[in-house]
Amino acid sequence: MILAAGEELADLSNTLVYSAMAVYAIAFLAFVAEWILGGRSKVARTAAALTGEGGEAAAVPAQAVPGVVVTKGGTTSVLERPKVVTRSGAPGRDDVPDGPGASGGDVRGDTYGRIAVSLTVLAFLLHLGAVVVRAVSVERGPWGNMYEFSTAFSMTVTGAFLAFLAARRNVRWLGLPLVTTVLLDLGLAVTVLYTESAQLVPALDSIWMWIHVPLAIVCGGLFYVGAISSGLFLLRDRHEAKGAAGEEAKGWSASVLERLPSSVSLDKFAYRINAAVFPVWTFTIIAGAIWAENAWGRYWGWDPKEVWAFITWVAYAAYLHARATAGWKGRKAAYLAIVGFVCFLINYYGVNIFFDSLHSYGGV
Amino acid sequence: MTDDTQQAEAKAGAEARRDAERSDDAEALAGLSTAPVDEEDGPRGGEGAGDGAAGAGSFGGRREPGARGALAWLGRECAGWARWFWRQLTSMRVALILLFLLALASIPGSMIPQDNVNAPLAEDFRERNPALSEFYETFQLFNVYSSVWFSAIYLLLFISLIGCIVPRAWQFVGQLRARPPRAPRRLSRMPAYTTWRTDAAPDDVLAAAQRRLRRRRFRADLREDGPGGAHVAAEKGYLREAGNLVFHLALVVMLVAFAAGRLWYSEGGKLVVQGEGFSNTLTQYDDFESGTLFDVNELEPFGFRLDEFHSDFSRESVDLGTPTLFRADVTWWDQEGAERAAEIEVNDPLHVGDSRVRLLGHGYAPVVTVTDAQGELAFHGPVPFLPQDTALTSTGVIKVSTYTGPDGEPDQLGFQGFFNPTYNIDAERGPHSTFPEPDLPVLTLNAFHGDLGVNSGLPQNVYQLDTSDMEQLRDEETGDLFRFNLVPGQSVELPEGMGTLTFDRLEQWASFQITTKAGNEWALASSLAAVVGLAGSLLLQRRRVWVRAFTGDDGHTVVEMASLGRTESAKVPEELADLAERLQPDAPLVPDEAAGTPAGTADTADTAETADTAETAEAAVDTAADTEEPAESAAAEGARP
Ligand code: HEM
Repeated sequence: MILAAGEELADLSNTLVYSAMAVYAIAFLAFVAEWILGGRSKVARTAAALTGEGGEAAAVPAQAVPGVVVTKGGTTSVLERPKVVTRSGAPGRDDVPDGPGASGGDVRGDTYGRIAVSLTVLAFLLHLGAVVVRAVSVERGPWGNMYEFSTAFSMTVTGAFLAFLAARRNVRWLGLPLVTTVLLDLGLAVTVLYTESAQLVPALDSIWMWIHVPLAIVCGGLFYVGAISSGLFLLRDRHEAKGAAGEEAKGWSASVLERLPSSVSLDKFAYRINAAVFPVWTFTIIAGAIWAENAWGRYWGWDPKEVWAFITWVAYAAYLHARATAGWKGRKAAYLAIVGFVCFLINYYGVNIFFDSLHSYGGV
Repeated sequence: MTDDTQQAEAKAGAEARRDAERSDDAEALAGLSTAPVDEEDGPRGGEGAGDGAAGAGSFGGRREPGARGALAWLGRECAGWARWFWRQLTSMRVALILLFLLALASIPGSMIPQDNVNAPLAEDFRERNPALSEFYETFQLFNVYSSVWFSAIYLLLFISLIGCIVPRAWQFVGQLRARPPRAPRRLSRMPAYTTWRTDAAPDDVLAAAQRRLRRRRFRADLREDGPGGAHVAAEKGYLREAGNLVFHLALVVMLVAFAAGRLWYSEGGKLVVQGEGFSNTLTQYDDFESGTLFDVNELEPFGFRLDEFHSDFSRESVDLGTPTLFRADVTWWDQEGAERAAEIEVNDPLHVGDSRVRLLGHGYAPVVTVTDAQGELAFHGPVPFLPQDTALTSTGVIKVSTYTGPDGEPDQLGFQGFFNPTYNIDAERGPHSTFPEPDLPVLTLNAFHGDLGVNSGLPQNVYQLDTSDMEQLRDEETGDLFRFNLVPGQSVELPEGMGTLTFDRLEQWASFQITTKAGNEWALASSLAAVVGLAGSLLLQRRRVWVRAFTGDDGHTVVEMASLGRTESAKVPEELADLAERLQPDAPLVPDEAAGTPAGTADTADTAETADTAETAEAAVDTAADTEEPAESAAAEGARP
């Protein structure tokens, strides 16, 4: 039950969400500034074309192993070399270096980028605070309805982004698309999806609520990062193909694409995320099935929510298969990854809103 | 000799060398995954080549005249096509397409109401869209997940899966027994490579390398054969392949468990009023269904009594009426008769042997007493009313079948109406409840007399009153239809001295679902095995490392190390670097006297070697370039049926 103190806390949580949105909005502007300033930088253009090292810095620092150097055939993607590359365009693609990042080496752009990241950290803390305070105010896991689910979902997206940054991955290019969607998601959450409902019906009150639902949120957040990378891979891949065909790419979009990591890196990044999340997603579905067995007496009943979880799972299985199948790597696999994420979205928004499902606890 | 022919010959030489290198590389790669050979784009020209060719099913060949010739030809053709079909079915490409189809085929079932998911909804849909429903019926769209076409897809997928997995499992066992494959001639062509010069003897270096690799749990093998001479060949990460096999096999087990669950199950419902009991025999169920192979005589012998039902609802404005607690306190007994107490909650069923007793719903049962016109007791007991909404506005009927009318003749009475735990009435909704707890419990009934139809032999729904042979009672004075409201403890006189009805008190009831299902343990075990296998398959790396040591032209020992991984991981080169570093104490580096070049380019000291590697690198790029075309088209051909 929400006590008076609970209601105050709920209000505090809402204030925190709005503050987080405000900071995200400023971070968004800073990211935009980074891309714009980076695009002006002449250095960036030429750097993109000339840098030999890109993301392919030698795996071993010379000091660590005196005199020993690991040379790699083009890329770390180990099988590329002896195999014929059927990926997309020319195999020379393997040697295309990663772009210099959003700032394109421009000093002011870089400063804005750093500001944007700092602001994202701040926004994330506010966001985290909002979720935690909400949990305290309703005295249960903060994922009982679509409002809470959406808030937690975008929090994991930002969290994943910052974690990659903290692990010194070259992912700042993800900042702009991620912050944009986080803002949209939060906007949707506070307007359309907002529910005060605090109580969980007994059917939802289970230990599996603490396993199944947070895992689904984390999977969603990471699949989203994977889908963005796959989408950017498709764009960058086409750009590189044009470049390889000798077409001179000009204009704003070319400048943006040039600053992204190479198609090979993007593809690999997306693959690693999706491959790592897939077992977790599998377990999420199994946890849901165990819960359903306890609550409804059957572990699988082809309820729309279950059906779409299954479709999502099959789509990602197809993606992983495609990566191991000649003629399906690269673009086709990337489309499958995006389809997989769209299925996830349908499962989340579509089923709650449009379908008759046992899971329609959405509270919209 | 003209320049042209010279060039042509040089070109042919280069071709031959590239071919040799290619097959060398392919050998190094072979079996790193046991994925079907025709899927690998690596080994070309080998057995894989024929497989991709479209229409490979026909052996063609000469057809001898006469019946025998025709027969022989036919047999050959059939065998050929069968083999071709099997090979297609068990190829990765077809598996991929079937997965795709499975996902697509699942979609309609989430949009069209399904008979076995939400039967009332499906029925409702049929009534509202008769024409469309007929079309749906034809394509089994109300039963997608048991339809012929859906079954066909997943059965084909699983046949493909078995056809794919069994040979792979064999192959994998073979690999576990075999030695890691020997090193290719040019280690420098491998994705990760390192080399340095040392003064340690080649044999010592190799022995040390083998020792160190083994310590890192590589399977390391000292080999003298191979194109490049003595070397250590090592491999690690077999668990990846094992994980993959476990995952796919677990999927098969899961499907079998699922099928078993559909053939051997029982599912029945029972509504129990507080204080009453249930024993697990077919006749006691309110409704019951079971799988084709389930034997109803096998029902677990047990019973239980509902001692008390607890429910609690939120009174906060935002979630007014949201339930916060449902709990049934029961006493149960098994065959031996020993009684035990248990609590059943929504997410926490009672397990008795293979059966599970699950709490499904709850409601109120007013306890009612009816006396007849003679003042005799005609009916007494709790009457369950069925909830219609979340505030437990409930409807129900009371049937009094042994009753004597004012005229002394046997008659029957029927009452029909509402029970509302928190009574309210408005013009729009009529009598209804505003809160699920009995704050103002009111029983609102209409009364009928006549023939209840209980003796007609037709099955009767206890919650419905068939008033076709009944007459509704009217108020004596006003002539209006007789209708009354009672709170607990109140009585009402029926018109024309027909007797009385008393609302004694209120009981709760709870409904239970009693199920058994075969294969649940198998489903759980296999799904968990699938997750573990999958994690192994996707997170582990399978890789090979080769170490070669030989005496170079300058008298120093040249150490070469290379590694090759199955997946795109940055860890493989990192691991090689680490291994190289660990080998340093056994094979200390001899600094390059030739040039003060930084470590990074140390290996360029040997000019001959440099030229060579540069050339190979170039060759690699251009082999890749000129094989691009054929590889693409081979893939395209393979995709054709
Ligand atoms: C029920 C349907 C199936 C599902 C859900 C499924 C799922 C998966 C997954 C998730 C992987 C891991 C991918 C990776 O290691 O990168 C995989 C790998 C694999 N699957 Fe399946 N699979 C199914 C059916 C099949 C079938 C029918 C075949 C045979 C044609 C097959 C052959 C393989 C092979 C050879 C690999 C290993 C690829 C590699 O070594 O990279 N699978 N499968």
